[in-house]
Amino acid sequence: MWSFSGISNSIHEWLSQTFNPTLTIIIEMVIAGVAVIGLFAGLGLVLVIMERKVSAWMQIRLGPNRVGPKGMFQSLADTLKLLVKEGLTPTGADKLLFNLAPFIAMIVAMLLMAPIAFAKDFQLWDLNIGVLYVSAISSMMVISILMAGWASNNKYSLMGAMRSGAQIVSYELSAGLSVLSIVVLTGSLRVSDIIQSQADGWWIFKGHIPAVIAFVTFIIAVTAETNRAPFDLAEAESELTAGFHTEYSGMKFALFFLAEYVNVFIVCAIGATLFLGGWMPFHIGHWAGFNHVMDYIPSSLWFFGKTFFLIFVIMWFRWTFPRLRIDQLLNLEWKYLLPISMVNLLLVTAMAILKWHF
Amino acid sequence: MIHLLQTGLNSADSGSFLPVAVQFIIATGLVAFLMFVTHMLGPKRKTTDKLQNFSSGIETHGDARQPMAIKYFLTAILFVLFDVEVIFFYPYAVNFKVLGWNGFWAVMLFVGFFLCGFIYILKKGALKWEE
Repeated sequence: MWSFSGISNSIHEWLSQTFNPTLTIIIEMVIAGVAVIGLFAGLGLVLVIMERKVSAWMQIRLGPNRVGPKGMFQSLADTLKLLVKEGLTPTGADKLLFNLAPFIAMIVAMLLMAPIAFAKDFQLWDLNIGVLYVSAISSMMVISILMAGWASNNKYSLMGAMRSGAQIVSYELSAGLSVLSIVVLTGSLRVSDIIQSQADGWWIFKGHIPAVIAFVTFIIAVTAETNRAPFDLAEAESELTAGFHTEYSGMKFALFFLAEYVNVFIVCAIGATLFLGGWMPFHIGHWAGFNHVMDYIPSSLWFFGKTFFLIFVIMWFRWTFPRLRIDQLLNLEWKYLLPISMVNLLLVTAMAILKWHF
Repeated sequence: MIHLLQTGLNSADSGSFLPVAVQFIIATGLVAFLMFVTHMLGPKRKTTDKLQNFSSGIETHGDARQPMAIKYFLTAILFVLFDVEVIFFYPYAVNFKVLGWNGFWAVMLFVGFFLCGFIYILKKGALKWEE
């Protein structure tokens, strides 16, 4: 049957037959690089058009519908337009930091792609500390935002960056704790082990109510970490123009935009991997017949289906909840989510020791 | 796909950080390439008005790098303290099955200290942002 791992294996076999090992590794690295860049560009285009279409659908209007069939090439046209725009650096700005910030945003987004399993046996890098790696790298996101805000020498940018910094670091605590509750249930930080442990049911079903609490906390925290509404104080249009990227134009702005959307994809992919089984099809305990039928649906479809469902949920939030004020936002994290996720983690641990989960 | 890379690189040693270095180089190269292309394609008509900081149409008043509310910095420092405590949970979360109930009570003690610190900063008013 057609599958990603089949393709990658046959490429690997063909290359290792044709070339010597060193050359094979180099060619594979080039292929991997091209694939990641392609995925990046594809995700950017798809997610922007999806955001606009979902918004239009929620507000009972048409959305973009001029460029291409049903407006599907709108984001491609926008990207081309941004590419030929002038990139300005304001006179008051710190030139080096101003131009370095988009680099960091993109590098962080791209490094986070490495441990994600896109399909069965199809993963860039299955390292033994996968989950720790993700939480370590994703906390560097805030550096690029603070850097952009400070270097711009603009009051809107600086305030946006400050708010965003406080927000991202705060919500990282409860995101980390809810990720940990799945690590407790699995006993491993390796992404492939976490997926394998869900072969007889996803953790959100197997882990009873504590897993559901952890899932809800995780979704709230990552919505805040990716600066999406209702937590988009960093770029609250009505108060701060565009927040930390007010001064950015042309491709530098597009890179921030792209990194933001790719980050949404990554956190949703991690949520899908931890709580909804990643590429693992929907299995119920020992119902061998049912599980076998579910296995006929390709694993990549399962992964992308779950991830895009979570992305849809996060886009849905945007049109459901009004924006919070900064003190309400920090109160929500420090006085509610942090104690709740801490107690929840202990509950999960006790549950796992008593073997109450399935 | 680059489980390809791993099979090539002796997958027993998954501590090999080569893939992350490759990703880093690819990302840097891509951004540098895009910046260069847009620099070549885009127009370069710079005027002093255009290069001013944007402040919604009015004149820019002074430098933006002024003292900010201390609360943001306090939040950042509290984050550092609490995040270290969260990081301490990682080794426990992986090994708790071996440690069993003894480990659980030890962690309860740790969480107790954590909560004492939390209640202390709550009483001190470090989390009062409204004022």
